[in-house]
Amino acid sequence: MSKTDYQSNLSPATSDEAVLLNEIHSKKKKKDLPLKIALCIFFSILFVLIMLPFYAVTLAAFKPGEDLIRYGLNLKFDLNVMSFDNFIFLFTGDHAYFTWFRNSLLLTIVQVTLTLLVSAFVAYGFAAYEFKGKNFLFICVLLIMMVPFEILLLPLYTLIYDLGLMNTYSAIILPGIANAGTIFFFRQYLRGIPKAIIDSGRVDGATEYGIFFRLVLPVMKPSFAAMAILNGMNSWNNLLWPFMVLGDGDKFTLPIGLKTLLTPYGNNYDLLIVGSFFAILPIFILFLCFQKYFIDGMTAGAVKG
Amino acid sequence: MNKLKKVLNSQKVAPYVFVLPFIFVFLIFWLYPLANSFIMSFQERLLGQAPKWKGFDNYTKLLTDKVFLKAVENSVVYMVWTLILLIPFPMIFACLINSKLMWGREFFKSAFFLPALTSVVVAGTIFRLIFGEMPGSLMNSILSHFGMGPFKYLKDQTLSRIALLTLACWRWTGVNMLYFLSGLKGIDQEYYEAAAIDGASSLQAFKSITMPLLKPTTIYVVTISIYAGLAMFTESFMLFNGNNSPKNIGLTIVGYLYRQGIEKNKLGYAATVGIVLLVVAMTINLIQLALTGMFKKEES
Repeated sequence: MSKTDYQSNLSPATSDEAVLLNEIHSKKKKKDLPLKIALCIFFSILFVLIMLPFYAVTLAAFKPGEDLIRYGLNLKFDLNVMSFDNFIFLFTGDHAYFTWFRNSLLLTIVQVTLTLLVSAFVAYGFAAYEFKGKNFLFICVLLIMMVPFEILLLPLYTLIYDLGLMNTYSAIILPGIANAGTIFFFRQYLRGIPKAIIDSGRVDGATEYGIFFRLVLPVMKPSFAAMAILNGMNSWNNLLWPFMVLGDGDKFTLPIGLKTLLTPYGNNYDLLIVGSFFAILPIFILFLCFQKYFIDGMTAGAVKG
Repeated sequence: MNKLKKVLNSQKVAPYVFVLPFIFVFLIFWLYPLANSFIMSFQERLLGQAPKWKGFDNYTKLLTDKVFLKAVENSVVYMVWTLILLIPFPMIFACLINSKLMWGREFFKSAFFLPALTSVVVAGTIFRLIFGEMPGSLMNSILSHFGMGPFKYLKDQTLSRIALLTLACWRWTGVNMLYFLSGLKGIDQEYYEAAAIDGASSLQAFKSITMPLLKPTTIYVVTISIYAGLAMFTESFMLFNGNNSPKNIGLTIVGYLYRQGIEKNKLGYAATVGIVLLVVAMTINLIQLALTGMFKKEES
C-alpha cells in the first residue's frame, strides 16, 4: 500500500523518473483517503482490544473484591457498587502492601545502580583495551546471553544456599551484577566514542580508572538511560528468582506480595486489583516521561545482531 | 602501596582489573552452576545432603516420564504458536503503521507498547480473572453475546492454551512490532521508488523488498521467541495460580523443573530436566539458524 510512496524531497535520478513518480503519486493520492480511513479503523479496533484489560482493571479497582470473586473481571459500569473503598483500604488498611512496595523500590534502585556501574566498568575494559584473552572472555559474554537463565535456577539455588545467602537481597543482586546483555550493549556504545577522549585524559595525567569515571561515564548517559529502564523493568517485575530465595514475608517484593493475594480469602481481592493498579502506575508515569529511552531499552536486543 | 598503584594503573594490568568483576560473576554464578547442573543430572541429590551417583538413571527415567513428556508438549506447542502469532502479525502491523498514510503513528506505537510494561504477575492476574469460569467474567460475557459458553477456560486443554496465548499476544505484539519498526527504519526508501517505477504492486514490494531486508530482525525475533517460548513458566504459574494445573494442562518444562527441584526437593532429577531443556533449545535454534542461512552469510 503505502510502501510505494516516496519522500517528495528526494530528487530522483532522471527527469523521466521524476515525471513517472509524480504520476504514480498523484494516482495514489486519489485512492489514499479510503485507505487512510481503513487503516485508522483497523488500528483503532486493535487499540480498543489492547486497552480492554486495562479498562477492566481500572473499573475493578473501584468495585468490592467480593464482586470480583463472584463475577470475575468484567466491563460492567455500575455506580451503585463502585466506590473508593479499595483505595482507602490500600492507604489505611492493615496489610503489608507498602512494605512490599518499599522493598521493590529499594531493591530496584540498588540493583540497577550496581548492575549499570559494574557492567559499564567491564564494558569499558572490553572496548578500550587490547589484551590477551579478550576474545575468549567476550565469547563468554555471548555464551551467557545464549543460555536461558531458567536452566541455572536449581544449581544457583543450591549455591546460594551453600553460601548462606538465602533470604537476602544479595542473592538477587549478585548473580546478575555483571549483566551480559548490558555489558554487550555498553561495549557497542563505547566503540563509537572517540579514542581522543581517553588520550587527552592520559596526557593530563589521569589514571586509567580516573579516565573511566571522570571522562567516559558522563559520555555514556544516553545508553545508561536505556539500560536503566530495561534492567529496572526486569528488576521491578521479577517474580521467579526472588520468590525462590526470599522466604521471609518482611522481605517480599511487590510481585511476590501480589502473588500471595491471588487466593480469595479475607480482604485479599480488595487489595489485589487496586494493588496491581498501583504497581503499574509508576511505570506508566515513567514511560510517559521517558518514552524514547523505554523504546531504546526494550528494543536494545535488535541492535545486537 | 605506591608500587601497587603503579602496577594497577599500567595499561597492561588495567584491562584485567576492568573485566575482573565479569570473570568473577562468570565463574561463580554461571560456569560453576552450569557445571554443577551437569554433574547433578547424574546424581540423586537432596538439598544439604551428600549426593549419590546414579549414572544415566535420571535421563532414562526422564525420557519415559509421562508428566515430563506432557510438559515438553505444552512448552513446544506454546512456542510454536507464539512463533505463528507473534512474528507475521507484528511484522504486518509494523509495515502498516510505518506507512505515510497512517494517522497518529506515535500514539498507536506507545499505546501498543503499554502491555509490555505490566509485570507477568499483574498481567497474569488480570487474564486469570478475564478468563474466569464465572458466567460474568469478561470472556464469558463477550462469548454469551454470540450464544456460546460459559466455559471453564482454565480446566480445558485447548481453552487454557488460548488463554495463555492471548496473554502472550497482548503483552508482546507491541514489542515485536517495535523490533520490526526499527528494522524498517534501516531500509532505503529508494528501493520502493524503484519498485514503483517498475510498476510493482504494494504486495510485490512487500514480498521482494520488505521481507528479505527484514530478515536479520526476523531471525533475531525468532531466536528470542524460541528461547522465551520453551522457557516459559511465570505466565502459566500466574494464570493457574500455582504450578499445579488440572491434569497438568498448564505444566511447562521449567514448571516441571521447579516442581521436581523446589517442591519435591529432587535436585538431581530436576537438573536433568534443565540439561534436556538446554539441549532442546540449542538444537532448535541451531536448526533454525541453519535453515535461515545465518551461518552461510557469515562465511561469505
